Amino acid sequence: MANTLQIESRGGRAGTPLLEVQNLVMHYGTKEGDVSAVEDVTFTLNNGEAIGLVGESGCGKTSIALTLLRLLPDNSVIKSGDVRLDGESLLELDEEQMRRRRWRDVSMVFQGAMNSWNPVYRIGDQIREALRLHWPETLTYQEETDRIAALFELVGLNPLTMERYPHEFSGGMRQRAVIAMALSCNPKVIIADEPTTALDVIVQDQILRELKKIQQELGMSIIYISHDIAVIAEVTERLGVMYAGKLVELGSTIDVFHRPKHPYSYLLLKSTPSITGPRRKLAPLEGEPPNLIQPPSGCRFHPRCPFVIEQCIEQEPQLTTVADGHAVACWNWQEVPEIGGLQK
Amino acid sequence: MSDTVIDSGAGTKTGPLLRVENLRKLYPVSKSLFREAHDFVHAVDDISFEIAPGESLGLVGESGCGKSTTGRMLTKLTDATSGQILLDDEGEMIDIAHIQRSDMRRFRRRVQMIFQDPFESLNPRRTVYDTVAESLTVQRIGSVQEREERVAALLHHVGLTPPESFLFRYPHELSGGQRQRVAIARALVIDPTFLVADEPTSMLDVSIRISIMDLMLKLAAEFNVSYLYITHDLAVARYMCDRIAVMYLGKIVEIGPTEELLANPRHPYTRALLSAVPVPDPGFKRERVDIKGGISKALNPPPVCRFLERCPKATDQCRTNDHPGFDDLGNGHFVACYNL
Repeated sequence: MANTLQIESRGGRAGTPLLEVQNLVMHYGTKEGDVSAVEDVTFTLNNGEAIGLVGESGCGKTSIALTLLRLLPDNSVIKSGDVRLDGESLLELDEEQMRRRRWRDVSMVFQGAMNSWNPVYRIGDQIREALRLHWPETLTYQEETDRIAALFELVGLNPLTMERYPHEFSGGMRQRAVIAMALSCNPKVIIADEPTTALDVIVQDQILRELKKIQQELGMSIIYISHDIAVIAEVTERLGVMYAGKLVELGSTIDVFHRPKHPYSYLLLKSTPSITGPRRKLAPLEGEPPNLIQPPSGCRFHPRCPFVIEQCIEQEPQLTTVADGHAVACWNWQEVPEIGGLQK
Repeated sequence: MSDTVIDSGAGTKTGPLLRVENLRKLYPVSKSLFREAHDFVHAVDDISFEIAPGESLGLVGESGCGKSTTGRMLTKLTDATSGQILLDDEGEMIDIAHIQRSDMRRFRRRVQMIFQDPFESLNPRRTVYDTVAESLTVQRIGSVQEREERVAALLHHVGLTPPESFLFRYPHELSGGQRQRVAIARALVIDPTFLVADEPTSMLDVSIRISIMDLMLKLAAEFNVSYLYITHDLAVARYMCDRIAVMYLGKIVEIGPTEELLANPRHPYTRALLSAVPVPDPGFKRERVDIKGGISKALNPPPVCRFLERCPKATDQCRTNDHPGFDDLGNGHFVACYNL
């Protein structure tokens, strides 16, 4: 590592595959039975790309993030599938090898991460600790300080504030510092799980803009995970929609928003209020998310689906490409109407 | 300070259901245990508004702007420092802010609240029936059998059907959406005229949120209740409310009919707030309005416009004058700003 001031993505050439999730199946063992939290999920994150995973609570999006980082709780079992970073399987690494990959190769911005700062250490010193543990060479104190200053400037914080304690930062500043820490070791990929959920709308907007700018300038690869499709619409190029542990639709963000192919994506968009466009009646999704200990037969969405046909009850649809770069797991996708943006 | 009483704009023949006048709440900040406080956080600072019967007013703003404190004062969970809260009780305006203890039961009959977190607002040791019937018991309404019938009817209204299968369940046996339905049934069981709903859907998933919002709209019409709907989410406020009031550091800076306010925001803060709301359409390009810094605390605020520090349009007039009063823009649209 020549230049300690250089903040960059250590991923490969833009557009080539970086992180590949292949047929991942992950269950949680509970007293009541196996919870099928992630079921046969396959997607690829390319270098320099920002993709999103959306879905409601319990759909498995955070379970995927935890699998990528190998931070799953003890009762979880990875039944099958693989996660490959630059072709190397992360699931086969031992604990020590994986520990070295975290922060260095795969770093994270968690929901409420701004509250995870240790209150009795200065913010700068906590980032310094990450550098000492994960930077490949030993840096001098001054080199560390210079790098932290560069990171602070990149995320829009005054470098002088690295001497401060967490309680002296506002929520937005703390979340910016979390982003600086995530970038500290020039990771290949950042996993951002609900990065702005606890923030006020104006601060959220500032942080999202900052993240998007950094992602584009550094060519960083980011997986955004959120329940808020409006947030995902702002920052991602591609998008996966999850329902009950399954990836039900995958496509470019604009395609999924304007021409959703899965009934669940369609209803999710139809039930999201907006302050722009004509005031419209929102369509509620009937019913409740299924119990994943005994998931519904066939398509997991069929009990709530207005487009259900007989085939859906018996046979499980697989994710199939139906248009350029747009895949859906639905037997009856041709019936799902276009939305075509908010203005219509 | 402005003495303008904000007309509901609904052109009501009858008077308002609720009229709030110059309401304030100051929280003392004490440096030491034995010294009297000299510093105050102005959580709610001299706000006035009206709500017509059957109308819902959305109170929006960022965290710390005083919207929840306002809601708590209207439900008497917090005492006001000064000002009046006048509520119509069968033709008579009673002042909630200075109500006698003996009149509290009568007041609770009129005003109820729905809280944000359905996991914390229900007593885990009580069945659905106990929770919903409690106000009937406290208000001494009906016989035991009548109460049971009333509770069952309400569960039916809020979509917990068949009621018999829910009456004797405990909160842990219910999903988040079902719990919030129980909370709504509890609030409505004694036929209140006014409900304060503090972020009632922000803990719920998108798909469940709409059905709860639709339920509240339906019940508002059926039971002719007025809402004060407190939320940080402008899109939700647009869906739920007839009018919206925008709060900033304890002050209402703009108030008006929902569509009018969203289409034609006049206060610089409202503009910044609206421009920051993410839009669920990647093809839509938002106009950006930049404001400086972040929200601060209203600790001993100087007697100038609360928004001065962050305002991109501030002039000398703003720096030398008191916080501006309301300008009437017509159609019930009022703005507190010197530079329109």
